[in-house]
Amino acid sequence: MAKPLLEVSNLNAWYGESHVLHGVNMTVGEGETITILGRNGVGKTTTLRTIVGIIRERKGEIRFDGKDMLGVPLHKTAHAGIGFVPEERGIFSTLTVEENLTLPPVVAQGGMPIEEIYELFPNLKERRSSPGTKLSGGEQQMLAIARILRTGVKLLILDEPTEGLAPVIVQRIGEVLKTLKERGMTVLLVEQNFRFASRIADRFYLMDHGQMVSEFPVSELPQRMDTLHKVLGV
Amino acid sequence: MTMIFGIPLQAFLGQLLIGLINGSFYALLSLGLAVIFGLLRVINFAHGVQYMLGAFAAMLMLQYFGINYWFALILSPLVVGLFGAVIERFLLSRLYKLDHLYGLLFTFGLALTLEGTFRYLYGASGQPYAVPAQLAGGTNLGFMFLPIYRGWVVVVSLLACIGTWLLIEKTKLGSYLRAATENPVLVQAFGVNVPVLLTFTYALGAGLAAFAGVLAAPVYQVSPLMGSNIIIVVFAVVVVGGMGSIMGAILTGYMLGIAEGLTKVFYPEASNIVIFVIMAIVLLLRPAGLFGRDA
Ligand SMILES: Nc1ncnc2c1ncn2[C@@H]1O[C@H](COP(=O)(O)OP(=O)(O)OP(=O)(O)O)[C@@H](O)[C@H]1O
Ligand SMILES: [Mg+2]
Repeated sequence: MAKPLLEVSNLNAWYGESHVLHGVNMTVGEGETITILGRNGVGKTTTLRTIVGIIRERKGEIRFDGKDMLGVPLHKTAHAGIGFVPEERGIFSTLTVEENLTLPPVVAQGGMPIEEIYELFPNLKERRSSPGTKLSGGEQQMLAIARILRTGVKLLILDEPTEGLAPVIVQRIGEVLKTLKERGMTVLLVEQNFRFASRIADRFYLMDHGQMVSEFPVSELPQRMDTLHKVLGV
Repeated sequence: MTMIFGIPLQAFLGQLLIGLINGSFYALLSLGLAVIFGLLRVINFAHGVQYMLGAFAAMLMLQYFGINYWFALILSPLVVGLFGAVIERFLLSRLYKLDHLYGLLFTFGLALTLEGTFRYLYGASGQPYAVPAQLAGGTNLGFMFLPIYRGWVVVVSLLACIGTWLLIEKTKLGSYLRAATENPVLVQAFGVNVPVLLTFTYALGAGLAAFAGVLAAPVYQVSPLMGSNIIIVVFAVVVVGGMGSIMGAILTGYMLGIAEGLTKVFYPEASNIVIFVIMAIVLLLRPAGLFGRDA
């Protein structure tokens, strides 16, 4: 396996009294694309939000690029090299498309220049001065991804990027993620859409009850399909 | 003599000007309140006191250091803004995790404490602050006599309002402010130091209030109570305009100032309550305010 970029061990997290993550262990190697699978409510979003540092009631270990992230304040995680595309996309209605795109500060060299982003997403260029939330759902998802590409982060974390989107758009997002992978970007995503995930992921983690219960490479996906369908209830 | 609606034109224009001046102060103050509320979700009851502090700072700078009006117009908002920054950083920011009511209670308590202290030190009666020599006197426009200082207040307040609006709507910093108003956690996750942004915003609001205070010093008298006198009306302005919109706060400020002025011409008995009557009507018909977004 590639040199680990993100190492999570025995990660616990709480929402007030309620204990949601019960010792998550996972590793993401440099340049890998990892997908987390799991039923609704098992803690996938919580895992991502805890790694990013949005959820502060957490114990255990998060190492990114060798650095201990637990004491790092939220506004410094991006500067360490972690970019986040939330489940609800987080496009700002009072900002134009271009303002949304340039909102996250550039944290390192090697990010995609804005001209290149506009080449990759011509729709965004066309509508650069309209309010961010006037875009279609698919375009908003593209914008949510595009604005992180600018920043030069090393790890892109995405929460269900294809949720509720038309097949053409899903395919487009798949192409974008493949392009990123070719450029060496490390990606960690939560995804319910197997077909989509199998085209881009190198490895999978299966999550249940706030823990990772199994881990397998994409080559094992076909033989595990039946069990997964049963476990995930899809 | 020219008449308009049975009223001498002179009187009409005179009250219109007074309405515009009051409207300028309402606009500057409700603008600051709206900016602070938008980002911090705090109803800043200390806003009137910050306006009063601005006027006092100008007066004390003149008395003790001979600092003139022009420097005071810049220095006083800076000093009061810095004071606001310290208050936010060390006291107010500790309350964000609690119910919003605590922020309101804290700023209310702060207002009472400061106002009481200034009353104790300087008495309740006002002290005059001279109009700067460059703006003294007036000019005859033919149809009315315009005190130059009053014209200056209207123009410079308008510029300050437009400047603040541009800062928020057209700059990079403004895009951080707008985004953090919508979703502070995500903006912080993107690497923006939101706590510092909150401090800056509170200081900006306090500084704007102090700026209005310096402008007001030569028009009204400098008194510890000047803040409480105006802030009740300004809260009514904010209710009418709706909390959501910066431009709404500015426009409503001017509109209600003018409405108040014109009522003085046509039905003087109602001039003290007209803003509250408008507020009641707006609350009945459009609870979110004229420019507010329905929450
Ligand atoms: N803000 C919150 N406060 C309290 N409990 C929460 C909160 N957010 C999520 N939970 C609970 O934590 C558990 C894990 O939620 P999480 O959102 O991480 O699940 P998920 O795997 O992402 O689900 P989904 O597939 O529906 O997105 C759930 O039981 C949920 O009810
Ligand atoms: Mg989720």
